[in-house]
Amino acid sequence: MMDTVLFWKSAAMIAAVVFTSSAGEVLTAAAMKSIGDLDEIRAHSGMKGAIRAVVTCPFFVFGIFFMAVAFFALLFALNQKNLGLSLVGPAAASLTLVTNTIAAKLFLKEKVDRRRWTAAVLVIMGVYFLAH
Amino acid sequence: MSHPRLNLQQILILAFVSVSTPLGDACLKRGMTLVPPISLAHPLSLITAVFTPWIALGIALLIGYFASYLTALSWADLTFVMPATAMGYVFMTLLAHFWLHEAISWQRWLGVLLITAGAGYVTRGPANTTTAPVNFPDALEAGHGVHPARLNTANDREAR
Repeated sequence: MMDTVLFWKSAAMIAAVVFTSSAGEVLTAAAMKSIGDLDEIRAHSGMKGAIRAVVTCPFFVFGIFFMAVAFFALLFALNQKNLGLSLVGPAAASLTLVTNTIAAKLFLKEKVDRRRWTAAVLVIMGVYFLAH
Repeated sequence: MSHPRLNLQQILILAFVSVSTPLGDACLKRGMTLVPPISLAHPLSLITAVFTPWIALGIALLIGYFASYLTALSWADLTFVMPATAMGYVFMTLLAHFWLHEAISWQRWLGVLLITAGAGYVTRGPANTTTAPVNFPDALEAGHGVHPARLNTANDREAR
């Protein structure tokens, strides 16, 4: 019984980290896509113009908010007994790669072909092995 | 299908994204071991810690990482940037082995190999598969979506 509770508690905390982290990264990517090439903006409007373009984009603000929530969710998860860095770190990193890839395809309309799925799977497996 | 290759500046930005995180984390870790233990009763000591050389360098590297990451996302897809910058894990492992002389198990070397393969494979494909900025009507109508400078450069290009 206790093991089941611990399992679901761990899963819920890892899911919270993955969800908020993905939301933050996809919103930030959406912001940068909608703004355009920062190098071009910097060449045209200078560094101040580039910074203003980024920080006034609502998607960027929401993205940063979710990234901050993800950070605190990770700290909270790491603070729990029986749920150490060796589980939370790789699990969150690997699952975030999967959810980011799916979200990028759905929301950012990126063409996620076989090459990109293969690369994502190789990196996920690599992260898994690095953690062991 | 042919696709535009990354220029040297873009490759350097991706490389910096990869190496700045592990380097920044290592600097923070080293800096935090050099300062006396910080307790919640004396939170000001955390602020003084920020100005110690290693921690300041770590923070500068992490700020540089975020700026480079945003720049990369402005001309490349998220699904391209993620695997391409996963080389940071590899760099961290190499740093641990050759600098800190840590023993690396065969599983971790296998992980390094897989990540290198994934990063190498994705960077041989196109960096950007979305032809136009993401369509977020509300934001674009509110004038937040595309920076005016971006529109001007696009118009300039068209005029040329």
